[in-house]
Amino acid sequence: MLIDLFITCYNDTLFPETGKAVVTVLERLGHQVEFREAQTCCGQMHFNTGYAAEALPLMRRTIDVFRGSGPICVPSASCVSMMRDHYPSLAAEAEDPALQAGVEAFLARVYEFSELLVDKLQVTDVGATFPHKVTLHTSCHSLRSLHLADQPVRLLQAVRGLEFVALPHHDECCGFGGTFAVKNAEVSTAMGLEKVRSIQDTGASVCAAGDNSCLMQIGGLLHRQGAAVRCLHLAEILAAREAGANLPVLRQAQGRPERSRGTPEGGSHPIASSAER
Amino acid sequence: MIRVGDAARAPEFPDAARSALANTQLRRNVRHATDIIRGKRGLVVAEMDDWQALRDAGSRIKAHVLEHLDTYLTRFEENCTRAGGQVHWAADADEANRIVIDIIRAHGQSEVIKVKTMTSDETRLNRALEAVGIAPYETDLADLIIQLGNDRPSHIVVPALHRNRAEIREIFLRGMHLTELGREPEDLTTAARGFLREKFLRVPVGFSGANFLVADTGGVCVVESEGNARMCLTLPRVLITMAGIEKVVPTFQDLEVFLQLLPRSATGERMNPYNTLWTGITPGDGPREFHIVLLDNGRTRVLADAQARETLHCIRCAACLNACPVYRQTGGHAYGSIYSGPIGAILTPQLQGMEHSQSLPYASSLCGACYEVCPVKINIPEILIHLRRRIVEEQGPYLERLAMKGAALAFADPRWFRCAQTIGRFLQRPFERDGYVRTAPGPMAAWTSTRDLPAMPRQSFRQWWAARGAPRA
Amino acid sequence: MSAHPSTPAARSLILGRIRDILGERSEPSEAGYRRIPRDYRDSGILTFEACVALLVDRLQHYQVGVHRCDPPDLPGTIAAALLARGRKHLVVPSDIDRDWLPPAAEFRPDEGLSYSDLNGCDGVLTACSLAIANTGTIVLRHAAGEGRRALTLIPDYHLCVVRGDQIVQTVPEAIRRLAALEPALVTTVSGPSATADIEMTRIRGVHGPRTLDVVLVA
Repeated sequence: MLIDLFITCYNDTLFPETGKAVVTVLERLGHQVEFREAQTCCGQMHFNTGYAAEALPLMRRTIDVFRGSGPICVPSASCVSMMRDHYPSLAAEAEDPALQAGVEAFLARVYEFSELLVDKLQVTDVGATFPHKVTLHTSCHSLRSLHLADQPVRLLQAVRGLEFVALPHHDECCGFGGTFAVKNAEVSTAMGLEKVRSIQDTGASVCAAGDNSCLMQIGGLLHRQGAAVRCLHLAEILAAREAGANLPVLRQAQGRPERSRGTPEGGSHPIASSAER
Repeated sequence: MIRVGDAARAPEFPDAARSALANTQLRRNVRHATDIIRGKRGLVVAEMDDWQALRDAGSRIKAHVLEHLDTYLTRFEENCTRAGGQVHWAADADEANRIVIDIIRAHGQSEVIKVKTMTSDETRLNRALEAVGIAPYETDLADLIIQLGNDRPSHIVVPALHRNRAEIREIFLRGMHLTELGREPEDLTTAARGFLREKFLRVPVGFSGANFLVADTGGVCVVESEGNARMCLTLPRVLITMAGIEKVVPTFQDLEVFLQLLPRSATGERMNPYNTLWTGITPGDGPREFHIVLLDNGRTRVLADAQARETLHCIRCAACLNACPVYRQTGGHAYGSIYSGPIGAILTPQLQGMEHSQSLPYASSLCGACYEVCPVKINIPEILIHLRRRIVEEQGPYLERLAMKGAALAFADPRWFRCAQTIGRFLQRPFERDGYVRTAPGPMAAWTSTRDLPAMPRQSFRQWWAARGAPRA
Repeated sequence: MSAHPSTPAARSLILGRIRDILGERSEPSEAGYRRIPRDYRDSGILTFEACVALLVDRLQHYQVGVHRCDPPDLPGTIAAALLARGRKHLVVPSDIDRDWLPPAAEFRPDEGLSYSDLNGCDGVLTACSLAIANTGTIVLRHAAGEGRRALTLIPDYHLCVVRGDQIVQTVPEAIRRLAALEPALVTTVSGPSATADIEMTRIRGVHGPRTLDVVLVA
């Protein structure tokens, strides 16, 4: 089937590996991926900060760009939540029946990444291999807005070699909250540190989530601490294929300039070396 | 003048939160207290297979009352008066305080025993009474702790939760002029019992708030745990009650919904120890004179905003405080208002006027835990966003607005977006090392003071896609 | 009696604001009220025996002393309860059923007693209106045999007699029964008073009676 990708503005800019991983997984499952290059942003940041007037044209553009598309895969529960929770009321407020109809048709085709795989494509085993101990943080939007159940967990548990460990207090907010992370940086950090403690207590070497916004917060704290825990979007784990220490996806997932990530061994694999520690 | 305690003069939330975060004793106490209540609430809610139906009914009853608020208030007034009660109306805090003072003075009294009510904290009644030589005695244990300790409440239901037993013991020793006092909680409550009983049996004027005003009977209901409300409501000769106009419910039967929702949400109990319901005056049982002051003090302002009106559903259970990950870190004082936590973040600015307390609607990560537990289904995250919008539209911060407009421009067209990404990658160069930015300039400095920021990779996703060429099937 | 508002200006102002905000209502309040969904449980499903057992369980959870007896044994059971508590000089409502009272203790009728008198007695014995099993609640409406409110408030011990036919399982049933009686006064008691204001430990007995006994006549 032809599946459209709404990459989201921040994944496009900061976490392209997640997008590449989504494409890898969907193509592996035999589907064709379309990326409509006219897309930019769903408008959530503006809307949540109180700039509804600026969010409206962003919504219009998103609806227009995806007119007539196939199912739309969005690797970000928070963006899906913006669309499902607020697009209808924004359109109603604009008193534009055509826009309202457009929103309704659009929403019928929108799927968060794990929803797309499990609910729409009816698949939990995507042929992935990732022999590491992984825990899962559930974003507030995925829990309370999308009411995601166990789709992400089932996907992880089908990955060969993966040892899944549940995260205590997985339903507590990581502290990102969009502009909250900057406007109330100290409180945001305090919340994030509690989350980081829970993650470290699991002994996992990887923390997964369906939202890179949360992972940016959690990963940012872990990295500042020099902790031996990596953050990876669910898609990147599901895209992993080969067994063994030097998984290409992990090298890609480092995603940054050629230098390794400050491990004393230089070129050695951070995950493998952390497992050895 | 409309007043919400001292909220008009409170510092901005981020600044207040910073000090609160430094107080590790407070944070430990808050965490301990909210964990316990949350756990208890979870158990007693889980055993109710009709909990969601109760929430629906509670929410719909409250919404219905607001749609016909004038009808229900006048019906309450009529029935309460018929039963011998005297109904007064107060447009704002000062008017309410004046009415209370006039009644007490008319009886030539100079003392009043009080049951906890947030409405009197709103109007700063105690200060007004003391200014004219009337002594108010708080009788709820927590409020007694606050009063004797010259402190401020930090939680709606457990106001002194920021105090541990050692601190409370000190406060009692000094405030009650005791020479000795045991260290166990039981010793502390015994001391409170003795100190207050003398007042209960003697002081002829009592003051309370109300949880519910029953329109079809004129009855008033107060929900409590300690027995001090029963004391203040029954023993004095004169009773004065102050209640927000949103407290009215249509019928006696409707209490079946709220008396299930409130105790389970507030303290995690199937039923709180005591509920008292009285209707006007009953000869031979209780006060000979009953006055009720119906208080507006900004509530009609909240009513006027149809999208935020739901705020008035609140039954003051504080389940939202206990669920809030922000409150958990800072406690209540950081909100600078007697109404703290999620409900405080939406109620305080609306009552006061949006030009005060502007930082409160931003004191949230919009996680939604509050909405999940609210027994009357106030969609707090939705209202927070709505209030942020009002702040931006009514008095938007200039620089932020500029930045937001800039971002909107970048998103308006994929070419400008690509251009902005290119510029961003260029500008980050001096700050980026090993794929991360450790010290960012400008507003992002607040992020990098405690966290690393991922640098923008060389190639965005769309650049990768464009370079990739024809898709593989 | 019509309302004589002492604050007519504020009254008009507030009601005026409300009416301006809400505008013309499209229907009377009764119509909207009838549409409120009531999908919660309005009655219990337990058998009588199970209901009684639940009530006993909940009462004991609140550390209320529970005694059960048949009607002829009521005075004896009351006597036993009082003996166990070491209470001898109780106050009773003046209209209490005198057949209940055992000879072993002293029962002073509440006739013109002062608060100080009530404070000095050993305890109080009353009837009640209802008991709610789900929540372990005793409901008083201060009618015959229940006494004025101060009576069950000031003394430190309360012994309450509950008849089988007064027991309901759920809160809605209790409210329904009460509503039919149109009570001006209602006090609900669910265990002795408590506070959790000191480090969240639930501490019993702050102001109301610190010791409660219930005799279930069923």
